[in-house]
Amino acid sequence: MLKFMLQRLVSGLVTVWFIATATFLAMHAVPGDPLLNDKAVPPEIRRNLEARYGLDQPLPQQYLLYMGNMLQGDFGISFTQQNRRVNDIIRAHFPVSALLGVAAILIAAAGGILWGALAALYRNRLPDRLIMLLVVLGISVPGFVFAALAQLLLVNVNRWLGFTLLPVAGWGTPAHLVMPALVLGLGLLAFLTRLMRSSMLEVISADYIRTARAKGLSPLRIFFRHQLRNAILPVITVLGPAIAAITTGGFVVELVFAIPGLGRYFVQAVQQLDYTVIMGTTVFYGAFLVLMVILVDILYGIVDPRIRERGHD
Amino acid sequence: MTESHYAPRPGDFDPLDAAPQAQTVCRPPLSRVQATWQRFRRNRSALISLGLILALLLFTLAGPWFWPVDPARQDLEQISRPPTLGKVALLVADDRPWHGSTAEPPPALPDATALPAPTGLTILEPATTRSVRLRWEPVAGAAGYAIYRSERPPADRADLGLPLGETWSGNEVGYEDRLQLEDRSYYYSVVTSDGFDESAAFAVVEVAVAQGITLADARSRGLVGPDAAIGDRVRLEAHPLGTDYLGRDLLARLIHGARVSLFIGLAAPLLFVLLGTLYGGLAGYMGGRIDRAMMRVVDFVIALPFLLFMILFKIAFGIGPGESGVLPMLVALVLLSWPSSARLVRGQVLQLRHEPYVQAARLQGAGAPYLIRSHMLPNILGVILVDLTFAIPSAIFIEAFLSFIGMGVVPPTPSWGSLCNEGMNTMLTHPHELFFPACLISTTVLAFNLLGDGLRDALDVRLTEGT
Repeated sequence: MLKFMLQRLVSGLVTVWFIATATFLAMHAVPGDPLLNDKAVPPEIRRNLEARYGLDQPLPQQYLLYMGNMLQGDFGISFTQQNRRVNDIIRAHFPVSALLGVAAILIAAAGGILWGALAALYRNRLPDRLIMLLVVLGISVPGFVFAALAQLLLVNVNRWLGFTLLPVAGWGTPAHLVMPALVLGLGLLAFLTRLMRSSMLEVISADYIRTARAKGLSPLRIFFRHQLRNAILPVITVLGPAIAAITTGGFVVELVFAIPGLGRYFVQAVQQLDYTVIMGTTVFYGAFLVLMVILVDILYGIVDPRIRERGHD
Repeated sequence: MTESHYAPRPGDFDPLDAAPQAQTVCRPPLSRVQATWQRFRRNRSALISLGLILALLLFTLAGPWFWPVDPARQDLEQISRPPTLGKVALLVADDRPWHGSTAEPPPALPDATALPAPTGLTILEPATTRSVRLRWEPVAGAAGYAIYRSERPPADRADLGLPLGETWSGNEVGYEDRLQLEDRSYYYSVVTSDGFDESAAFAVVEVAVAQGITLADARSRGLVGPDAAIGDRVRLEAHPLGTDYLGRDLLARLIHGARVSLFIGLAAPLLFVLLGTLYGGLAGYMGGRIDRAMMRVVDFVIALPFLLFMILFKIAFGIGPGESGVLPMLVALVLLSWPSSARLVRGQVLQLRHEPYVQAARLQGAGAPYLIRSHMLPNILGVILVDLTFAIPSAIFIEAFLSFIGMGVVPPTPSWGSLCNEGMNTMLTHPHELFFPACLISTTVLAFNLLGDGLRDALDVRLTEGT
């Protein structure tokens, strides 16, 4: 198990290095000048600025400097927001995104497992048909449309009730979290429901279920101890990619619901061509996602011993 | 027990002259494609999806021919309209300066508040959105008049609405309003003034403003023939799906947006599935160390945070925010998406290599071209096709997502994502601007998903025929 974990960790580190390098090269391939502004800058100020951002050095030197700083966890200073360090931006806004993402994944996982299991139990009957219809809708409708519809719904419900049931946008109280998390989790929920249904269908016809039934176990006990536990395995495997999907889906939800998360900051930085913030958040997100995938792999190795014996691949 | 003796007769061991009574094949054999199509046809939702997709392609390709409206043309008379057959407008003369109405100057009186309100407040010409001309009777002692406009009947002197202007002498008794008029009712109020203060009394007239269009304008837009006269009623352009916030025809924008969205949605998956198939096929076919090295690259590219790098690539191509880049988006999508297809195909090829019939063919001396052509390709083609079908909706999603956050196709180039982005701003007041593009995206994605399901079921012999 230790060897398996180490293997994953090393390949993860190499991946992060790859992401950092690719980001560095991509950002330096951008034509134009990061300090190019509407205003003409006097040459001495310009020299100072270049020295401050390390732009006066040759590219390999800049790369070494960038990697060195990154190893110490320093992403530099923002280009557009005076004197704001990228680390501060990440520290201030990532927890918001993380909270939203965790809530969304919890909703999606709980809902997906429950609905998928139900659909499988009622295979080809009305509940199954109904759930699968909703799933197809959930997979086909883009997240930002859900977000817009949710806002429209909230506006009308609030107006009809005469008081604010749930806030339409903003951040700060638990009530602000409900709708964005629901919207963010919806697509994943639909996907997980489908996955859970097919995996549950496979489990239901397995020999050990027939044995359990023959032993006279109660249906509830069979459902929880034998069916659900075995059917959940594939759901865990897709959690890694799911976290990535939630992270980027969060960009849209944060924009639409005006939530001060890192995703909204990233989109803003991209729109303002804030080089250091773009590089910093990209590498940060990349490292975060790699870490999550490794954690999911290890989790899967713990849950299903067949995986870690086969090793990686 | 009696034993029956068999006495052979001559002719018993001669071959039968009748045709052999073996099982006869009464239908022509089915090719793999035919068999798949037969299974596919039984899946009703997949069949409907296929029809939908064909209709959508027709909509995109033949749309501009059926609906030759310029998606960038602004119809300022009809802004943010829900689906409409076109408003009826009154033809009016071209804009010309108006010097108002003048009357004989009356003698001045000292107290402004005591001045009476003007009488006989009326409109001079049919009121249209091009202009409203007011006329009233002069008030003795007035040094000018103030004109107000409101969208509801004024309750009192303080509720006259928007101050439009003032006239600067007592005999100037006309006013022309051309300030952002819409086709609705307005309440115009006129107040007498002595040059410094305004009177407490006011006169109100309700004016129903009709949509107007000048003759020159109507001619240049091809709405009327050469014999049209002022005062005629003409129908403005029809907008079957309404207009957006700049009065652009939504149907035309959706058709042209479909070209961008479907181009990316179809071209990118085609390219990256092809690239992935070649790469994965090669890796799987070579096997061993080359395979391992090639798959290492795949692992790296897959680990990249996909959408972040789409955005990075776009910037790296030198396309700043706010600029459209269909081609860079395509390239970035292809560069980042091929590894999953490569993995899939490699797995299939590896599996096939160990199939007995492939090994038998190899033992008999079959070369690589033969193996690939007659064993590998036919067997993985189905998997590739299904992969492609599922890649299309996700590519459409990615385009819509990027355009929505302003990093993909941006205005004025329409795409379904950027149309959603624009529609979002007016969602509360004019929901149709978001509804139609969102509907199209959802329907397309749904159709491709169901088609993919149907194809997978039809190609997977195990599911339908059972083993």
